[in-house]
Amino acid sequence: MTDLTKLGVAAIRNGVAAGEFTAREVAEAFNANVAAAAALNAFIVTTPDHALAAADKVDTDRAAGRPLGGMAGVPIGMKDLFATQGVQTTAASHILEGFIPQYESTVSGKLWAAGAGMLGKLNLDQFAMGSSNETSYFGNVISPWRRSDGGNAALAPGGSSGGSSTAVSAWLAPAATGTDTGGSIRQPAAFTGITGVKPTYGRCSRWGIVAFASSLDQAGPMARDVTDCAIMLGAMAGFDPKDSTSLDLPVPDWAGSLNADMRGKKIGIPREYRMEGTDADILKSWDDGIAWLKDAGAEVVDISLPHTKYALPAYYIIAPAEASSNLARYDGVRYGLRDLPEGAGLQDMYAATRSDGFGDEVKRRILIGTYVLSAGFYDAYYNQAQRIRTLISRDFENAFKDCDVILAPTTPTAAFALGEKSDDPLAMYLNDVFAVPASLAGLPAMSVPCGVNSQGLPLGLQIIGKAFDEQGVLNAGLAIEKRAGFIATPEKWW
Amino acid sequence: MSVDKQTVAKIASLARINMSDDALERMVPELNNILAWVDQLGEVDCTGVEPMTAVIPNTLRLRDDVVDADPLTGGGIRDKVLANAPAAEHGFFGVPKVIE
Repeated sequence: MTDLTKLGVAAIRNGVAAGEFTAREVAEAFNANVAAAAALNAFIVTTPDHALAAADKVDTDRAAGRPLGGMAGVPIGMKDLFATQGVQTTAASHILEGFIPQYESTVSGKLWAAGAGMLGKLNLDQFAMGSSNETSYFGNVISPWRRSDGGNAALAPGGSSGGSSTAVSAWLAPAATGTDTGGSIRQPAAFTGITGVKPTYGRCSRWGIVAFASSLDQAGPMARDVTDCAIMLGAMAGFDPKDSTSLDLPVPDWAGSLNADMRGKKIGIPREYRMEGTDADILKSWDDGIAWLKDAGAEVVDISLPHTKYALPAYYIIAPAEASSNLARYDGVRYGLRDLPEGAGLQDMYAATRSDGFGDEVKRRILIGTYVLSAGFYDAYYNQAQRIRTLISRDFENAFKDCDVILAPTTPTAAFALGEKSDDPLAMYLNDVFAVPASLAGLPAMSVPCGVNSQGLPLGLQIIGKAFDEQGVLNAGLAIEKRAGFIATPEKWW
Repeated sequence: MSVDKQTVAKIASLARINMSDDALERMVPELNNILAWVDQLGEVDCTGVEPMTAVIPNTLRLRDDVVDADPLTGGGIRDKVLANAPAAEHGFFGVPKVIE
């Protein structure tokens, strides 16, 4: 019998529908892989019973001849930023340890309604703040990948969706949810050789997702290939009146409309992304991507995004400002941790709770956010950053007059070792230099694996599209996927 | 712009985060590195540029003016609201005494 854990979303769904295997067999196989992979620390809690119950329902529905959903029989990992009813939801923080939501996030609810089951809640950077999954209260996630130098250094799976990227690339789940505020889906996907999509801001409801920076946060799928991502995104997206920024638009049939023929399409190559310090292997992969899209029939045009270098510093004002405001809710009163020192008053309780409950990176960002929003600095920092955000958005609008999608690297380097950048917040932030501009402009973007570097580590290419044009992004991704022939996979050591 | 230890202590107090002297000392250079780096935004001439308010054009909707228009965000779920409170009592959130 085939190893069911080697199958992706489409293969599982179609196999279950055709009766080649049962959803229960699939869930059991993935539950076993999850249980055997504790060394990777990808999950904060595992929920094998949830996966089995969902699978049994699909098997029963199939036997009864009832119609099956788009994710029927597919067990997935759920990033622990999505509220899941009755299952602990922590955002990888101590302050939410033990928090049991009384409700289900819109996105996870849609996935269950489409027939998916949950293998467990995936580890992440604390409150999604980080690019290496080293800020989790529940410990680092270890990438399943290792350099080919034999050194066995533990590598970062990327962040903040590091549990998601590790789970998919280590065959613990065929797909997982991610969230992307400034690259948190695309960067970990690139680091682990998988595919990840950040849709247009507003496509997926934010209701029930622990908020980090509300004007940037977007949920999206992480899976093995473009088709699987398209199927899963279709199940996650859709209008939700409970999110005031939700897009009231029909959800296109992205998976059904996939088309890798790029004839008549123009691919923009932003000259400002050719930055000093970008790894030679990354630049080569970018050239490969250009050649593949030409081969698919596209015309390649040079474009300019003049404010690119200001995107990252603007992001590190806007995101912490929003975070400092969003995280004010953690006060030790309504949910989560309470630290009440002997004889303390209300204000002391707040300060003690937040001191114990937040990790260093979260505190750092709350402090930056509080500072840039404080009287006297608001205009110089926050308003200036928002003006630059307008300019960055205009850069894209202008560029899209000359092209249909933009091709760029996802990250400036392949995965780095755990600990390599954790002492230098700025060096860590620079990892998201290519990912952040699309986030600030709210545009759909994806990372698709394109090859390995000289150390055998996967590299990703990023495709950025016009607002609402997930289809154009997915189609270009598919054209690359077909030509890249990426089949590398980590050798099992865990 | 840069911050000193006293300023960081003030920000931490505004953000309601207790910080030890050591933690404040450590935070000062880290914040200054980040602030020095974001200072480059000052180079950009933004005359006449409006600050971004909505990244994707969208209009704010009003919900139907009825009680419990959406049961998930409506009322009548006190026990659920209190279920995760560290010190719920008599159907309320419990807090330390706030009257001096």
